[in-house]
Amino acid sequence: MNNPLINYLLHLADTTLILSHRNSEWCGHGPILEQDIALTNISLDLLGQARLFYQYAAQLINESKKAEGVKAPSPQGERVGDEVNEDTLAYLRTERQFKNLLLAEQPNSDWGQTILRQYLYSQFQQLLFQQLQHHNDEHIAAIATKSLKETNYHVRWSSEWVIRLGDGTAESKQRMLHAINELWCYTGEMFIAADYELHLNIDFNDINNRWTEKVNTVFAEAALILPSGGGGAVFMQTGGKTGTHTEHLGYILADLQYLQRAYPNSQW
Amino acid sequence: MNFLIRKFYYGDIPDTNSGGEIKNESSQVPPSGGGGGWPLWEVFIRSKQGLDHKHVGSLHAADAQMAIENARDVYTRRMEGVSIWVVESKYITASNPEEAGELYEPAVDKVYRHPTFYQLPDEVNYM
Repeated sequence: MNNPLINYLLHLADTTLILSHRNSEWCGHGPILEQDIALTNISLDLLGQARLFYQYAAQLINESKKAEGVKAPSPQGERVGDEVNEDTLAYLRTERQFKNLLLAEQPNSDWGQTILRQYLYSQFQQLLFQQLQHHNDEHIAAIATKSLKETNYHVRWSSEWVIRLGDGTAESKQRMLHAINELWCYTGEMFIAADYELHLNIDFNDINNRWTEKVNTVFAEAALILPSGGGGAVFMQTGGKTGTHTEHLGYILADLQYLQRAYPNSQW
Repeated sequence: MNFLIRKFYYGDIPDTNSGGEIKNESSQVPPSGGGGGWPLWEVFIRSKQGLDHKHVGSLHAADAQMAIENARDVYTRRMEGVSIWVVESKYITASNPEEAGELYEPAVDKVYRHPTFYQLPDEVNYM
């Protein structure tokens, strides 16, 4: 599948699916009931977005297979002759075929790290979807418009938590600084266009500048400092967008895909 | 036979009767399920068709802003409302259920307080 648009849709879908899965691991374990529900809501929002992107990707894949008359198994993992759908894309692709951001797959440690991961991503997603709202592909534009309302709330919720913990007690501040050190090296990837993103009219420089500005504002209010002088000197990990992941994704997929792999086509 | 049934309302439950609150001053860890030591807030939601905010329940939050957001997440997930009020439970003064007799029963035999004794002219419809 070399269609850049399909790859891009899978990248968006995979990132939201994997982050949704990570957040869902908190379900029933949140620090208090109200925040448990809040994070589970965000998890469901992200899952809903993932579904929209997978559905659109599946439609384009099926159309292009029909046009090309493909009979052999495609790299998307489905059996010969089958049409793909949102489920086969989520359940039957391997680690190397997932294009999610490395940030999304990082394992949960404490609450501070979880909300920082959410904030760093949601702030990026907000700026990205503001651009995609006006994308010339009207299907993508529609999904971005619908999702942006959810994302705006995610930014609000997670940024307030970053400020609350960063400017909270000595311990909460220490934990936030630790979380920044842990996650910062996965933020650079968001702004480096993969091959399939080069011709989709996305201005990554603009997103990067505005993201940095927004994050600096929130961190300043939270009295948090970026690692090594503004965070610019940190070596940035890349590879998620093209399928080279950290060791954590395999475990997520084992969890997520086990049932469909062991009992193909089983239903609730 | 006399049964004493004592009904508590939000905010007037004495500490000795509230479950879950483990009183352990030396413990640094807040009791689980007790809201992490955060104050209790009462939540009022106005539905799309509704004219007034109705009490829907209570929740824990560290401050008013978080209470609004928690209320949004807990009580408006299924499109229940378009406006939220929160107020910290301690600021609500409740009438004492034990005084119900003197407070409400004197009104029982005063039907003349209802505006139902007027002859309405036929021209007035829909009253």
